[in-house]
Amino acid sequence: MLNENTLLKFNNIHVEVEGKEVVKGISLEVKSGEKHAIMGPNGSGKSSLANALAGHPAYGITAGEAYLNGVNLLDMDATERARSGLFLAFQYPLAIPGVTVANFLRSAVKARFGEDSIEMRDFRKILKGKFELLQVDPSFATRYVNDGFSGGEKKRLEILQMAMLKPSMAILDETDSGLDIDALKIVSHGINSTLTGDNSILMVTHYQRILNYVNPDYVHVMMDGNIIRSGGPELAIQLEEEGYDWVKSETMEKVEA
Amino acid sequence: MEKAIDKRFDIKQIGNDYAEKYGFKDPEEYFHKGAKGINHEVVEMMSRMKKEPEWMRAFRHKALDIFLSKPMPKWGNTELLNSIDFDDIYYYIKPTELQGNSWDEVPEYIKNTFDRLGIPEAEKKFLAGVSAQYESEVVYHSVKKELEDQGVVFMDMDSGVRERPEIVKKYFGTVIPPADNKFASLNSAVWSGGSFIYVPEGVDVKIPLQAYFRINAENMGQFERTLIIADKGSRVHYIEGCTAPVYSTNSLHSAVVELIALEGSYIRYTTIQNWAHNIYNLVTKRSVAHKNATVEWVDGNIGSKLTMKYPCIYLVGEGAKGEILSVAFAGNGQHQDAGAKVIHAAPNTSSRITSKSISKAGGRASYRGLVKVHPKAEKSKVSVECDALLIDEESRSDTYPTMEIDADNVRIEHEARVSKVAEEQLFYLTSRGLTEDEARLLIVNGFIEPFTKELPMEYAVELNRLIELEMEGSVG
Repeated sequence: MLNENTLLKFNNIHVEVEGKEVVKGISLEVKSGEKHAIMGPNGSGKSSLANALAGHPAYGITAGEAYLNGVNLLDMDATERARSGLFLAFQYPLAIPGVTVANFLRSAVKARFGEDSIEMRDFRKILKGKFELLQVDPSFATRYVNDGFSGGEKKRLEILQMAMLKPSMAILDETDSGLDIDALKIVSHGINSTLTGDNSILMVTHYQRILNYVNPDYVHVMMDGNIIRSGGPELAIQLEEEGYDWVKSETMEKVEA
Repeated sequence: MEKAIDKRFDIKQIGNDYAEKYGFKDPEEYFHKGAKGINHEVVEMMSRMKKEPEWMRAFRHKALDIFLSKPMPKWGNTELLNSIDFDDIYYYIKPTELQGNSWDEVPEYIKNTFDRLGIPEAEKKFLAGVSAQYESEVVYHSVKKELEDQGVVFMDMDSGVRERPEIVKKYFGTVIPPADNKFASLNSAVWSGGSFIYVPEGVDVKIPLQAYFRINAENMGQFERTLIIADKGSRVHYIEGCTAPVYSTNSLHSAVVELIALEGSYIRYTTIQNWAHNIYNLVTKRSVAHKNATVEWVDGNIGSKLTMKYPCIYLVGEGAKGEILSVAFAGNGQHQDAGAKVIHAAPNTSSRITSKSISKAGGRASYRGLVKVHPKAEKSKVSVECDALLIDEESRSDTYPTMEIDADNVRIEHEARVSKVAEEQLFYLTSRGLTEDEARLLIVNGFIEPFTKELPMEYAVELNRLIELEMEGSVG
């Protein structure tokens, strides 16, 4: 039963990578306008979940169901998911040598919204605005996608893409990693400015620090392929102070009790 | 720039194929079509019909003797080379009696062909001179008056022999002598058409000159001959394009191109080879760069069944520079055996070779290169970069690089890479809404960007469109 405000909903999702189960039955519901964070230590399966939801062919969903705006996500390939409004900001964005940022963004905008969706002049105007938002130099447009980019530049480009593609559901995979504090602020500001109240984000992160700038409504803790605890923003602060071992031991106690 | 971007990614418009766009054929209403096969009679007849001087007639006969006695090369794709039946080829077809200087003078059906290929339109827009060859002869030729007033000579090679013997005799066959290789000797015996260009001292030809080569008949052999001389301090950019109908039997294209860049001059020679997949494209291209001169070969090979072509630069004067930038696209049933040769024969010379190849659907791309630095070519610089991209598992890429460095104090850079379209790259692009085919095309266009950006915009757009056609229905 889908709530009419439900944007993304998945039930009992299992993910396998190279024959190994890395996500072991996760369920989550993200309503329109909500900000969720999934936190967890390295190897907890959170990035695998993000990739599987976006349709990475190497991350097979072996069981469970998932819906985006009430439409079965698992019937769609990565292209169709993107065109339906799902977006994944990559932890390690790929270089596409010889393809300029401007060409790439234009291709992506056309792919998402249709061939005649945007005039070249408007496109450039919008792009210029997003460059200012993410404080990148105009020369960014003519550089090749992620080719020789610093870690910070790559993450800015991811959020720039998000700002251009206006996804209804964005999954941000470790967007804060590799950013210094100034860059983190700029990138967070970029993320916040894309939020309209109708679209939603799911942040996947190891550390709490990005959550200081992009405040989540819900925080979920993931370990060993499962969500072991969910709560409000205070859960992130508690985690930061007491570490993952704390939830782990507490969960163990519950199981034993 | 905006337009180029627009068209480049107009992926949805895919639907035309080579057969429809370039592979159509005209009925043969020829002025003269000789019998198949090669012998001294054919050569004699050609020379007579062309009203050539005695020295050229003798040159042809001598070259034919060399061709007949020379064995087939024992390297490259010998299986395909040995399958060529020289008795089953038409060596000389003269489509019209006279050459036109305006398109109205060209027979209607031939004019229509070049219309379909967009030549008159390109001429109006961005070319300083155009030569259009159909079968063995140049049927249309025109050059802007300003260039003629500056003393620039741009005519078909046959006219060059008749009208400018003092220059032609001095340079013809000096860079590539008939005995150079079997196909150069064949060309020397039966050559017809091609371009002759002379740019006088200090003249800068700012807009490109173009020649377009069209084969129409089945089992045709096209043997054009091009000679370009840039006098001291002059500059010129020459572009050639080529296409042919699609037939089940093979045709042969075997050109000889000689470039002479005198002191301080600059020649760029751009080729977009788009032959049908039944053409053997066996071409010898060589240039000589004198003191402080620059020669650049920009060489794109999309079509043909087998291409064997290694544009070459002899750097004979101090401070001469050479650059060879090439792209080869090998699809199903194609072998692109392309490469580059640079001979450093003077001090302080520099060369750069950039070779990019793409293999798809079982196609094979080979890079074959030679860089030789003579003992006296000290303080020279050499840079070689070979980059191969494989689209799928069954395709193939080989490199045969040779370096012979006999001088001291030479700086050499050499890089070779073979890469595959990575699953991660595809996922990155599909996660932005592109289809897998669109993603592959974008990756391929990016891969050849160092080449496309050197082309005039109109050609860059055309090249990307050709690649798009070749990538169509790319395996998943």
